[in-house]
Amino acid sequence: MTKVENNKAWWLVMPVFLIVAFSAIIPLMTVVNYSVQDIFDPYTRYFVGTEWFKQVMTDSRLHDALIRQFIYSFTILAIEIPLGIAVALMMPTKGRGASLALILVAIPLLIPWNVVGTIWQIFGRADIGLFGAMMAELGINYNYASEPMHAWLTVVLMDVWHWTPLVALLCYSGLRAIPEVYYQAARIDKASRWAVFRYIQLPKLTNVLIIGVLLRFMDSFMIYTEPFVLTGGGPGTSTTFLSQSLVQQAIGQFDLGPAAAFSLVYFLIILLVCWVFYTTIMNMQKDK
Amino acid sequence: MAEITLNSLAHTYSDNPTKPEDYAIREMQHIWHQGGAYALLGPSGCGKSTLLNIISGLLEPSDGEVLFDGKRVNELKPEERNIAQVFQFPVVYDTMTVYDNLAFPLRNIGVPEHKIRSKVLEVAEILELSDQLKRKAKGLSADQKQKVSMGRGLVRDDVSAILFDEPLTVIDPQLKWKLRRKLKQIHEQFNITMVYVTHDQLEASTFADKIAVMYQGQIVQFGTPRELFENPAHTFVGYFIGSPGMNFIDATVTEKELSFGTHTLPLHPLLLKRLQDMDAQQVKVGIRPEFVHVWDGANDDAFLVDVDFVEDLGTYKILTFNFHGILMKARLSEDQKVPQGKAYVSFPEQWTKVYVNEFLVEVDHD
Ligand SMILES: Nc1ncnc2c1ncn2[C@@H]1O[C@H](COP(=O)(O)OP(=O)(O)O)[C@@H](O)[C@H]1O
Ligand SMILES: [Mg+2]
Repeated sequence: MTKVENNKAWWLVMPVFLIVAFSAIIPLMTVVNYSVQDIFDPYTRYFVGTEWFKQVMTDSRLHDALIRQFIYSFTILAIEIPLGIAVALMMPTKGRGASLALILVAIPLLIPWNVVGTIWQIFGRADIGLFGAMMAELGINYNYASEPMHAWLTVVLMDVWHWTPLVALLCYSGLRAIPEVYYQAARIDKASRWAVFRYIQLPKLTNVLIIGVLLRFMDSFMIYTEPFVLTGGGPGTSTTFLSQSLVQQAIGQFDLGPAAAFSLVYFLIILLVCWVFYTTIMNMQKDK
Repeated sequence: MAEITLNSLAHTYSDNPTKPEDYAIREMQHIWHQGGAYALLGPSGCGKSTLLNIISGLLEPSDGEVLFDGKRVNELKPEERNIAQVFQFPVVYDTMTVYDNLAFPLRNIGVPEHKIRSKVLEVAEILELSDQLKRKAKGLSADQKQKVSMGRGLVRDDVSAILFDEPLTVIDPQLKWKLRRKLKQIHEQFNITMVYVTHDQLEASTFADKIAVMYQGQIVQFGTPRELFENPAHTFVGYFIGSPGMNFIDATVTEKELSFGTHTLPLHPLLLKRLQDMDAQQVKVGIRPEFVHVWDGANDDAFLVDVDFVEDLGTYKILTFNFHGILMKARLSEDQKVPQGKAYVSFPEQWTKVYVNEFLVEVDHD
């Protein structure tokens, strides 16, 4: 077949191009604009080149926030992914029990972020909260307002409670898509329960798990509301993650230049991690 | 190695079955002898897969017993029954190599690795998978995947039986024929009981020594391909086996013969007596197109009938004629004269079968 040259076809792509331009590229360019200039007011501005970027890259507070951020994201992934799979495996598959389980598991997903923060803020207090009271009863001196480790663990717990259901629901749908005959063949082959999981269920879950990991990574990497509501990033800097630092800088100190540079670096880190993760998994799946 | 007995077996998927149609398997009595190559033949939905799943233990029958060598196995799980089953659509473990797939059932029962190796290589050789052993199963084509599924059934030499549930559906015709030969060879070599489910009579008769024909949840006949052809025990067998199927025509039993209105057909006295004893007045008469005799001219036994049309199928012709408003078929050999407009046909007594309530009425002629 000979290729027909018809450049008019490009006009068909125009609407998509415009939508992407207005929704993503133009707002992003504003940030780029700020990140390379020092702007005092609409008429007074200086081009500063990579100045802000250098400042951001060498800021030790941001380094600490970044490390905290990574530890936090990897911790919640390490808990939520296996726990989500386990919950999905335990959920009933037939009858009224199945719908009931689905509703129960989905409930945390319907609660807004700041409400989750508020719930746990109260829930964790020793005087009026059930969880706090329970910990006190067990003889544990639990106090998220003064103990950095307790605050950090509370934020982790909140996230696990809020978002494990997402992973569980993704896995549940993945499991339902496995034809019954696979389980039958495994029984005929005398496969152990573990082998069924390892060689039938897990391979069929790979795709939903990739989505789950990416979503949870991106989302947790941008966590802001919950620690803000719980302790405002404290005690000390124990729950000050990247977003929190960014907001402190942009609004608290009104350093828009460095904040913009920081935003771009932040965005690139997320993009980079997702890309590395995705390519690694895809390469692993290739037929050798 | 085992003899598999189905004792008063019945199965329903419904919670409160009321009528016979609620049963996927209607009460049956059957024995699969050790070492046989059997086909289970029947139309889609007649209960073939259900029956296989009951034998392998994937399904617990609602009534009756499954016995292996006389021992009840109803309570045993498939894992405990030592049975291999190959399903209609290929099941492979995607992330494993072909080698690991074939080794999987053996590893699960703790066979030492060197024995696994020789067995896997042997089976791979038979199925022509030797050059694929290192590949991931995921990347295989549908028929290669199905060969792997079959291979997993064949590697175990401890099995009581291998059950095949329409295993060649996804395989192209040429390979199909080759694989069926292979299975037959494997059967002759290892003497394992094999039950092969299919809805294709040709597939059944090339694979099996004996065929069980299943219809509406019942095995209506169990016999050699020849027996099914010459002496169908049920009208369904007559209709389903052979191409074209058996001719059937309603008749009444009179005092001394069969009557089709203006025409009559003499009956063997023993058969006539039997029918009268059964008080059967309305019967179905069946005769295969191959056995309808077409004469070149008028004859004492022959009926004069109208020819509808003649189909030329190369080495033979099929004559369709009208007998009392029923269209019947007769097979003409290549060199036989083709009747025009009218034909003289007769039904030899030996090949004229009488059915009451769809089942053959038989008498001992000797
Ligand atoms: N899991 C099931 N639940 C309910 N009915 C079923 C189920 N499996 C099969 N049946 C019904 O039982 C009958 C026999 O099915 P099956 O054994 O699969 O037939 P075949 O293998 O001969 O095509 C069919 O009427 C089918 O609809
Ligand atoms: Mg079937």
